[in-house]
Amino acid sequence: MLTFSPRRVKGILLRHLYLLKHSLSRWIDLLYWPTVDLLLWGFITLYLQKDLGGINMPSLFLGALIFWNILIRAQQGLAVGFLEDIWARNLLHLFVSPLTIFEYLLGLVLYSLFKATLASGIMTVLSCLLFDFNFLSQGVLVFYLTFGLILFAWSIGLITMAFILYLGQEAEILAWALALLFLPFSAVFYPVSALPVTFQKISTLVPPSYFFETFRTLLLFKKISFNLLYKGYLLTFLYLLISSLCFFYAFSLAKKEGKLVKIGE
Amino acid sequence: MEPLLRVKGIYKRFGKKEVLKDISFELYPKDILGIIGPNGAGKSTLLYILLGIITPEKGEIFYFGRNFFQERSSLLKRVGFASQYVSLPYSLTVKENLMVFSHLYEVEEPERKINELLELFKLKEKEKVLSRALSSGEMMRLNLVRANLSDPEILLLDEPTAGLDPEYVKYVGTILKDRAEKQGKAIILTSHQLGELEKIINKILLLKEGKIIGYGTLKEVFHKFSVSHLEDLYFKVFGDVNL
Repeated sequence: MLTFSPRRVKGILLRHLYLLKHSLSRWIDLLYWPTVDLLLWGFITLYLQKDLGGINMPSLFLGALIFWNILIRAQQGLAVGFLEDIWARNLLHLFVSPLTIFEYLLGLVLYSLFKATLASGIMTVLSCLLFDFNFLSQGVLVFYLTFGLILFAWSIGLITMAFILYLGQEAEILAWALALLFLPFSAVFYPVSALPVTFQKISTLVPPSYFFETFRTLLLFKKISFNLLYKGYLLTFLYLLISSLCFFYAFSLAKKEGKLVKIGE
Repeated sequence: MEPLLRVKGIYKRFGKKEVLKDISFELYPKDILGIIGPNGAGKSTLLYILLGIITPEKGEIFYFGRNFFQERSSLLKRVGFASQYVSLPYSLTVKENLMVFSHLYEVEEPERKINELLELFKLKEKEKVLSRALSSGEMMRLNLVRANLSDPEILLLDEPTAGLDPEYVKYVGTILKDRAEKQGKAIILTSHQLGELEKIINKILLLKEGKIIGYGTLKEVFHKFSVSHLEDLYFKVFGDVNL
């Protein structure tokens, strides 16, 4: 029987917010790195702007950087949130409670949204104040791109969690590494056409490449390519479907093999 | 009388190793069932199957007459669990940990319930302390508070008195007996402290290599094996299995 309780979802969200409340290192991870990233790339692009007159480099780079940070924070919110429960050996307590796996994932999803919103909010304010670039001025497209990237981030988060359940804690490095594997093919800071031909072919299978190309097309040519956006979403939904199937298979296998009891030991 | 828990033909193996074979038993109100067996007998695996965190190959579990595998979430609200071997997240305070779980168990008036249980298990003065600062005995008592948050009708306890000072072993034993005898709850527990266990339990399930070799009231099982104390029973049945 399928049950759902918003209160149990709130419980999972609370668990991670309490953890954040007590942890300076987690606050630093959440606020310090996005700030440093933004300052570094902002000043580099200001410097490059002098040599490339026509193109607004800070807008291109800072916009892409904020989108990439949203993706990373959303992915890590899910995968590292799951790891926090493994490190604390809390999975056993969680899953002998009435909590369902859907409610647990939803709690992590909300926490990942909180982290992505906080990090991108700080970056947006700083880019406005220091580099005269308003990320939100691109209108409703920002919402479409953000939503698409977050869905992709969750698919990577889910597949990471599936690997951790299947292979054990040895696979925890994937929580940081897997999203970066997509970075060269995602065309975040350069167009897909700048890649070697083989890499261009790979990037056609990577959803963020369509979202970042859409963003660049808007900034450079002042038009929205719905074709790119459509392909990006289609591919993202496919990733989400496959990663969900992998995760639920790994979760049910972990229950069969008794891994939920032992993981984190 | 309808049993609170009915376990029928549970079979579990990990790879080729058979861990539990054809486990069947029933639990009624006021029962305090001790699962006794040497290390590796399958005690913890059985508890984890009863909690739904390990899936058995075969068998059925009914809580309150309802199929556990079909109604896991709603039934687990009425089943509490605590183990000596699992701590709560260290980076949260005692109170925060309990608030999280009061949401997961949808406890009515969580503040009142938490305060009441912290008083009962003598942890009130530790409520603002990070859980990492608790001793192993205090962590076990915190686990017992968590297990009782939803006022469950059935408690599953894995080594609930391990790590506790002798006065707390006695105190916790009294609380458990009280819950069963006065409130009609049922308790399943595992423990290696046979002397203390004998004072608490009124039923026994003997597990050896994944099979039940004795099950019934204390009197019935003692009679079957011609012994008068749990410790004698243990050595008679399991001998030097751990040596």
